Amino acid sequence: MSEAWLNEIQQQFAAAGIETVDHHPARLLPARQLEIAPHAWAPATALCKQCAMRWAAFWVREAGAGIEAFSCLEKGGGYLILSTRLGEQQPLESIAHLYPAADRPQRHAHDLFGIAFEGQCDSRRWTRHQAWREDEFPLRGDGQAAEPPAPTPPDDSYPFIQASGSAVYEIAVGPVHAGIIEPGHFRFQAVGETVINLEKHLGYVHKGIEKLARGRDLDGLARLAGRVSGDSTVAHSWAACQAAERALAVEPPPRAQLLRAIMAERERVANHLGDIGAICNDVGFAFPHYQLSRLKERLVRDNALLFGHRLMMDRIVPGGVAIDIDSQGADHLFACTQELESEVAKLIEIIERSESLEDRLMTTGRLTPEWAAELGCLGYVGRASGCDFDVRRDAPYAPYHRVTVAVPGYRAGDVAARAKIRADEIGISLGLMRRFVELLEPGEHRLPMPRGRGGEGLGIVDGWRGEIISYLALDTDGRVERFFPRDPSWLNWPALEQLIQGNIVPDFPVCNKSINGSYAGQDL
Amino acid sequence: MLGMFNKIFRTGLVTEEPATDAEIEQLAPELKRMVDKQFRGSLAIRMVDAGSCNGCELEIHALNNPYYAIERYGVHFVASPRHADALLVTGPVSRHMEAALIATYEAMAKPCYVIASGDCACNGGEFGVNYASCGAVENVLPVDLKIPGCPPSPAQLIRGLLILMGQREPVQR
Ligand code: SF4
Repeated sequence: MSEAWLNEIQQQFAAAGIETVDHHPARLLPARQLEIAPHAWAPATALCKQCAMRWAAFWVREAGAGIEAFSCLEKGGGYLILSTRLGEQQPLESIAHLYPAADRPQRHAHDLFGIAFEGQCDSRRWTRHQAWREDEFPLRGDGQAAEPPAPTPPDDSYPFIQASGSAVYEIAVGPVHAGIIEPGHFRFQAVGETVINLEKHLGYVHKGIEKLARGRDLDGLARLAGRVSGDSTVAHSWAACQAAERALAVEPPPRAQLLRAIMAERERVANHLGDIGAICNDVGFAFPHYQLSRLKERLVRDNALLFGHRLMMDRIVPGGVAIDIDSQGADHLFACTQELESEVAKLIEIIERSESLEDRLMTTGRLTPEWAAELGCLGYVGRASGCDFDVRRDAPYAPYHRVTVAVPGYRAGDVAARAKIRADEIGISLGLMRRFVELLEPGEHRLPMPRGRGGEGLGIVDGWRGEIISYLALDTDGRVERFFPRDPSWLNWPALEQLIQGNIVPDFPVCNKSINGSYAGQDL
Repeated sequence: MLGMFNKIFRTGLVTEEPATDAEIEQLAPELKRMVDKQFRGSLAIRMVDAGSCNGCELEIHALNNPYYAIERYGVHFVASPRHADALLVTGPVSRHMEAALIATYEAMAKPCYVIASGDCACNGGEFGVNYASCGAVENVLPVDLKIPGCPPSPAQLIRGLLILMGQREPVQR
């Protein structure tokens, strides 16, 4: 089905006079890649928008003295990549007026590569604070930015959107928050208790991941990818390894694929358990918080027992998995999954029966389906607001093509719906895990990766926050030339700014928790 | 409402099942004794993520789950650096967090302890020093204790706190 519409869009391009070059159709499988001329960039994107495609990612790479830009879109599980080549200093037309979520990725690309965007209404810096100068671009050439003054000055002059009026006041929060949380800045404008606007300023944990990836071998890349966002270490390392395997045409053995999926589902369950508890706790219902964090601890202990690491870091490696489980391990896995299923079911029932919880979470932080679609929200954020895309179901990769993945969906879009999606997903994931254990057959768990070969690949997996897209280009020695992991948080953070409007300031923590974007995953 | 309490009561097994862990059982009394002795029963920690991948935060969070429930021993995480005896820092220090980390440290009453938690905080880890990262915490602040691990597990964190309290005085600065 996705084939059909990809052909269709190509015909539409032709009808609109947009020439496409398709000389390496298999360049970025499973996506179809079409190269277009720079001047066709915005018109082609507009056409995609007309066809109701979801915009998913934007990244660039150096190509000689110029730049090659990529934009990834999706519909019905079929991925389209538009690319274009720009000469030195040649600007690209902004597509943020068509897809607002492209705004920050474009600003990120500008801050690191110096690519200029025409017609972008917001041209403020995004990832760059004060660690490098406005005219320095760390990912260009050697990109040796001048040593910043030590200590690096704080970025206290970021031009936030202002609101005026005698009753409007501002609340500045962060980067250091009260609690064990990642850093970032939130700027609220409020009238009385009501938030009228929220703007975020991220980039505080930018530590140069895209630059650090350069020149690494594949094992080094996997280690780095596993540290893009620690809570999604399995999903990110899977996406990066998948990209490397596609670049080098390696098919990991079936056993490795199943073990990867088991780990990914365990990661999903662990995070959902923790977050449902935290959402309840944020509105003063501590009981589920302690119960669910107890279950989460049991789960991560089993991770350590079965896979040798509580978060399963560095267990997914290029070519397969770093660790296998024996039949005893598989039995234990099956048994503890079953036990968890029954415990979770009991707890969810209690949570769902709590009227006062319902009262606090329903209608709070509502993201309308229209906004969710406009922003391209992913994972539980999208699924709670009518956008139920799931890579595992809609563009299945091994081993998900062997099972049926149920995807929950609601349209209420409030905190309650997002929590409900997570509760539903826990049950579904546990079922999948049992199925994967049953499917396990003896065999290899890792294949060697060919050395000294170049290539290009795209990894697309569904992490617990939603779709992760990782782009990888290897040079002819097989070393990383360009790595860009697109965490789902890029598309979910803007939703928070939308849904908080009209809510009261004290509800911000619970709204924020219900989105739970990754700062590290976006800041890179 | 009654129905909910009923349910809670009936699922009592989940709450009341003692969270047993031999290692923690052994570390806990020692931790309590040290906190009582060195901090008069209350060790307040301000945690700052200075650039972590957020893996370290997950394990620090875990210290509050019912298995560890570290508050039982007088160790608690506070919102204000002014209330804190120790600063627990994770991640390499990103250049964008450098000023905020220093400001947090300066807001603390002295003497205070600085703990670098996780490989990144100890030695820069997978990130090291580059255009965006200052690397190890000690490149920015005087560090009293390093707790290695990627990320350090809750038990490793507790052991780290014990070592810290065993060394009595914060480092001279
Ligand atoms: S030590 Fe490991 S878990 Fe902690 S911040 Fe560094 S990479 Fe993440």
